[in-house]
Amino acid sequence: MRDWQRRWRGWKRNRQVVLGAWIVIGIVLALLPFVTGATLGRGWVRIIDFALLYVMLALGLNIVVGYAGLLDLGYIAFYAVGAYVYALLASPHFGLHWPVWMALPLGATVAAVFGVLLGSPTLRLRGDYLAIVTLGFGEIIRIFLNNLNAPFNLTNGPQGINLIDPIRIVDLGFSETYTVFGISFPPTHNYYYLFLTLTLAIIFISIRLQDSRIGRAWVAIREDEIAAAATGINTRNVKLLAFAMGATFGGVSGGLFAGFQGFISPESFNLFESIIVLCMVVLGGMGNIAGVILGAVLLTTFPEALRYLGELQYMVFGQVFVDAADLRMLVFGMALVLIMIFRPAGILPSMRRRRELGADAPVAAQEQASLYDAQR
Amino acid sequence: MTPSAKADADMLLALQGVSKQFGGLAALSDVSLGVAQGEIYGLIGPNGAGKTTLFNVVTGLYSPDHGVVRLGETLLSGCKPHEVVTRGLARTFQNIRLFANMTALENVMVGRHVRTQAGVLGAIFRGATTRAEESAIERRAHELLNYVGVGTHAQRLARHLSYGDQRRLEIARALATDPQLLALDEPAAGMNAIETAALQELLQRVRADGVTILLIEHDVRLVMDLCDRVAVLDYGKKIAEGAPSTVRNDPVVIEAYLGGAA
Repeated sequence: MRDWQRRWRGWKRNRQVVLGAWIVIGIVLALLPFVTGATLGRGWVRIIDFALLYVMLALGLNIVVGYAGLLDLGYIAFYAVGAYVYALLASPHFGLHWPVWMALPLGATVAAVFGVLLGSPTLRLRGDYLAIVTLGFGEIIRIFLNNLNAPFNLTNGPQGINLIDPIRIVDLGFSETYTVFGISFPPTHNYYYLFLTLTLAIIFISIRLQDSRIGRAWVAIREDEIAAAATGINTRNVKLLAFAMGATFGGVSGGLFAGFQGFISPESFNLFESIIVLCMVVLGGMGNIAGVILGAVLLTTFPEALRYLGELQYMVFGQVFVDAADLRMLVFGMALVLIMIFRPAGILPSMRRRRELGADAPVAAQEQASLYDAQR
Repeated sequence: MTPSAKADADMLLALQGVSKQFGGLAALSDVSLGVAQGEIYGLIGPNGAGKTTLFNVVTGLYSPDHGVVRLGETLLSGCKPHEVVTRGLARTFQNIRLFANMTALENVMVGRHVRTQAGVLGAIFRGATTRAEESAIERRAHELLNYVGVGTHAQRLARHLSYGDQRRLEIARALATDPQLLALDEPAAGMNAIETAALQELLQRVRADGVTILLIEHDVRLVMDLCDRVAVLDYGKKIAEGAPSTVRNDPVVIEAYLGGAA
């Protein structure tokens, strides 16, 4: 064991250190929008708000892909469903203005129903076959949203839905600026605290589910579906539950997105979005909550940071050689490739995967012995 | 009372006229047999005789084309694999199928799934009931690991256990479902003599604790020593049944194994 690992474990055991670390994290999270706003500008607070939405999405997909091992390439459909339900219930489109505490849970519930709808026909499929069907499902939802403006105008087609009610809880409108004790809270900051609260709730739920009877059943299905069934797990129900839970998180995130943005259109829910959320899960570390959060934060902020590449070239070389917009995606793609080469199990692999890929010496010897046994 | 005189109704597991076709191949044709409560019943036969197919029919992986399978009073044929487990029949696999990247303890804890309730809300709020259930699951899993003799490896990944220990772990996971009947598909395959002897001792203990055992096995000595009765399958048909000593001298069985004089 290396020195820093030993020190790290020592810290993890020390209660005061752990408590201190949580207090520091709490203070950082509480002050983040103000510090960011003051240093990087208001635009970055907005980016952080989006990062939180993506954390919720990635944690939802993590249940489906990371825990239950069901490769879902159409996950963004649930985000879309949540967003559209909220938008239809709280916008001038139908003249409905439901309060958020009704529209948001309903959006999440409808998304869960769609999760089950997607899950049911795919129960017999695994791996790449499942991936293709879910991919199709994602596209179907987007195309429906795009075309359901006739004969009855449900979704307003490609124009999307505009003037969605901002989120308002009783008298607290999140899109207004408040001043408390001389500190000004603009909308981006208000939404930050709302999103943070819900993200923390979703993190809490993810942790609780992870070591529970249901969580173990999900992992068992991922490991060996036939053995799981032969051990008494109702694989159909448990898989549908994974789809529904994942979709619920997606639906919550989508509803918040609609209220925050004020405008949604089918364009926001294309295949690329599904892929990027999947990247967050895989890159961060499938099945590991901290890893998935890190993946989501990095993949939302990094492309934004790369917008400064033009300025950086100007500062260093005095001129811009390659347009930042072109360079940005190139560097981003390269970073993804490099992470996958050097951290194949993700930036922060789950305990399980870490044990899987990096066997300690005595364990490796044992493994050879058991292989030898099997060959006899 | 001789075992063969027992009426079908007394049997814990009863197969009646079970047939299974795969395309043109009759993997099982009209097989009837009964396993009595508390016995160790062996199922032997040359490779490809249909032993594993019979297991898969009994445990719900396949549904039979004809015939019925009963466990006690309840009908097993037509049940899904997890329903078969709920009704009290657990199995292991010929090629070990553990949850390789879960610990030994977690593997057995999964076995308790079918006898426990906690759902999503229970997991999220983790109330007193859920906490009590979780600790009961863990306690029982530890007990079973010790029972089969892999208690010291509780926290190791299943894939890192030795081959013999993996076989025992699979038995522990099956026992965690509180079965009336335990169906073992070649539990001694790939084991050395010492491991086989330990397995034999374990299976006798399991039986003594009231679990009936149905066993597919190639190790003739193990079958002779352990089983109360055996059935011999050949080309999907039952060609003999009875006490091991009788069956081994049956000319039909010898012919099936060694080939008839041409």
